[in-house]
Amino acid sequence: MNAGLILAADSATSQNNPLLNMSIFLAFVAVTMFVVIRASKNNKSAADYYTGGRSFTGSQNGMAIAGDYLSAASFLGITGAIALSGYDGFLYSIGFLVAWLVALLLVAELMRNTGKFTMADVLSFRLHQRPVRLAAAISTLVVCFFYLLAQMAGAGGLVSLLLGISDKVGQSLVVAVVGVLMVVYVLVGGMKGTTWVQIIKAGLLIAGAAIMTVWVLALNGFDLSHLLAQAQTISTSLPEKAYDALVPGHKYGANPLDFISLGLALVLGTAGLPHVLMRFYTVPTAKEARKSVVWAIWLIGIFYLFTLVLGFGALVLVGPSVIEKAPGGVNSAAPLLALQLGGPILMGIVSAIAFATILAVVAGLTITAATSFAHDIYANVIKRGTVTPNAEVKVARRTVLVIGILAIAGGIGVQGQNIAFLVALAFAVAASANLPTIIYSLYWRGFRTRGALWSMYGGLASSIILIALSPVVSGTPTSMIPDANFAIFPLNNPGIVSIPLAFALGILGSVLPGGKKENSWLASEMDVRSLTGHGAEKEVHH
Amino acid sequence: MSSADIPQKEQHRIDYPAFEASPAFVQLKKRHRSFVIPVLVAAMLWYLLYVILATYASAWMATPVFGVINIGLILGLLQFVTTFAITSWYVSYANKKLDPLAAELRHELETKQKAGVA
Repeated sequence: MNAGLILAADSATSQNNPLLNMSIFLAFVAVTMFVVIRASKNNKSAADYYTGGRSFTGSQNGMAIAGDYLSAASFLGITGAIALSGYDGFLYSIGFLVAWLVALLLVAELMRNTGKFTMADVLSFRLHQRPVRLAAAISTLVVCFFYLLAQMAGAGGLVSLLLGISDKVGQSLVVAVVGVLMVVYVLVGGMKGTTWVQIIKAGLLIAGAAIMTVWVLALNGFDLSHLLAQAQTISTSLPEKAYDALVPGHKYGANPLDFISLGLALVLGTAGLPHVLMRFYTVPTAKEARKSVVWAIWLIGIFYLFTLVLGFGALVLVGPSVIEKAPGGVNSAAPLLALQLGGPILMGIVSAIAFATILAVVAGLTITAATSFAHDIYANVIKRGTVTPNAEVKVARRTVLVIGILAIAGGIGVQGQNIAFLVALAFAVAASANLPTIIYSLYWRGFRTRGALWSMYGGLASSIILIALSPVVSGTPTSMIPDANFAIFPLNNPGIVSIPLAFALGILGSVLPGGKKENSWLASEMDVRSLTGHGAEKEVHH
Repeated sequence: MSSADIPQKEQHRIDYPAFEASPAFVQLKKRHRSFVIPVLVAAMLWYLLYVILATYASAWMATPVFGVINIGLILGLLQFVTTFAITSWYVSYANKKLDPLAAELRHELETKQKAGVA
């Protein structure tokens, strides 16, 4: 690494042009707002607001799923992790990708056939409505909230790099702006508008990553092994903490069980993420739901292959010490690589894309949480299904405002927290609280209400309690509360304990004697409908 | 369980338990499960094997194969390849074996429902 480069990156914030970054970002907001307003013209019914009238095609929805899934944690986080930890960053992307097979093979089509608006629709289909719906809605809200906080923390961190704002007031202001924009998108556009924002964002993100990937490869004579060899040379000759970037174990070698735990949470979490599940309702049929997952798998997989090149590219072209010292730390690897390749303009574009990414993901999470509150908790649990769809949508809109305020307050509170931790927590909670019940209710006739409640509440509680007692929260210098030590659970990720526990609780609660009797007619109906698509919610025509 | 809990009342006219036991539906269910469950279990075991090798056998993963490309990189990229391959395999299986039968049964149910309502 040459001295000029270090200087360049040291002055990254001054050399990078906040005005340029702002205008690129504002252009994105203007274009998407225009699309959202146009798309919202047909928002009449509840199905329009929650699912975009179920009128998206499989390929459009696949793009939107990729837009939802490729959050800032994927783009900035994985690129940075590969740049600083080499192979171990790659392990993340593999877990995130393979996870889609669970969604494709077990969940997507059957959920589309049996549900209406939310995950709870499917879980409570043949079990006792109110308790199961309430549990499913609570876990939906918890998962969305953690995911939301992670994105908001990312927004604050990114801004310190982009706009050169490093004081707390400025960052908080930006978090508030993100929150207000998100509320406007979701209130005006509903699911249709949100979906278009995600489609546009996914296109920009994948195109931006593709251009940078080709650029990095071109600098290496389109020879991947040339790039990898340089990465190996640089990482093995670092003055401190030398390691081999092409070999796993740099980051997780010290605690292998922790990585297995994380790997389980990643691979089983995706198919339990409520905002991903809700996307299956925006298409007209189960076949289109399958098509959307297939599109998503290809787009996400190809994107992760790009991040492999980008991560090693940042390691070679920018260098680990420069990335570590930059404002934003590990998350700044991708923008710094863009600066190195194409100067301030490319960095501005890449940073604006990353910012847009946060905005789109946050909008998707908000509409999911608001739908779950209005449709599950308000309309079905509190009002016992006696609400008109219009009144329900009104509640959903008010909920969006409340979530906006909570997200802004929480986002300001978590500034500087570890983003990857919050995302991994959301995945671990989704894998423990949601996935066992989803699989059992679709595939196991003997599954009963008590099993569902034990599994959902048990998975939710155990994953959150274990996180609270883990080294992420206390006991080490990098913990959230570094001065206290109540970390009696040795792993950073609770998955290896809480996921099998939730699966076991689902079985125990169902087979032990006692508990309420189930309706076997409904179970037959669910079985028939889930596989044939008979009686599935239809597309809305205008 | 009250009648208000039943999502669409008119569908109650169809005898779902009898339909569920019909040979054509049993066959559809068997075709679906006999594909998705074993394939998913295999994919998960293959992923788990990879994660365990990456954590407990990293020295072996470092063995070079061609130039700097080592076993770990090849196995990692193979995870991508198997994910893409399983996706394509399932799509072609579903198009050939699941969709036509599901469409036939759906048609049959819709006919029954119309007859029941009329």
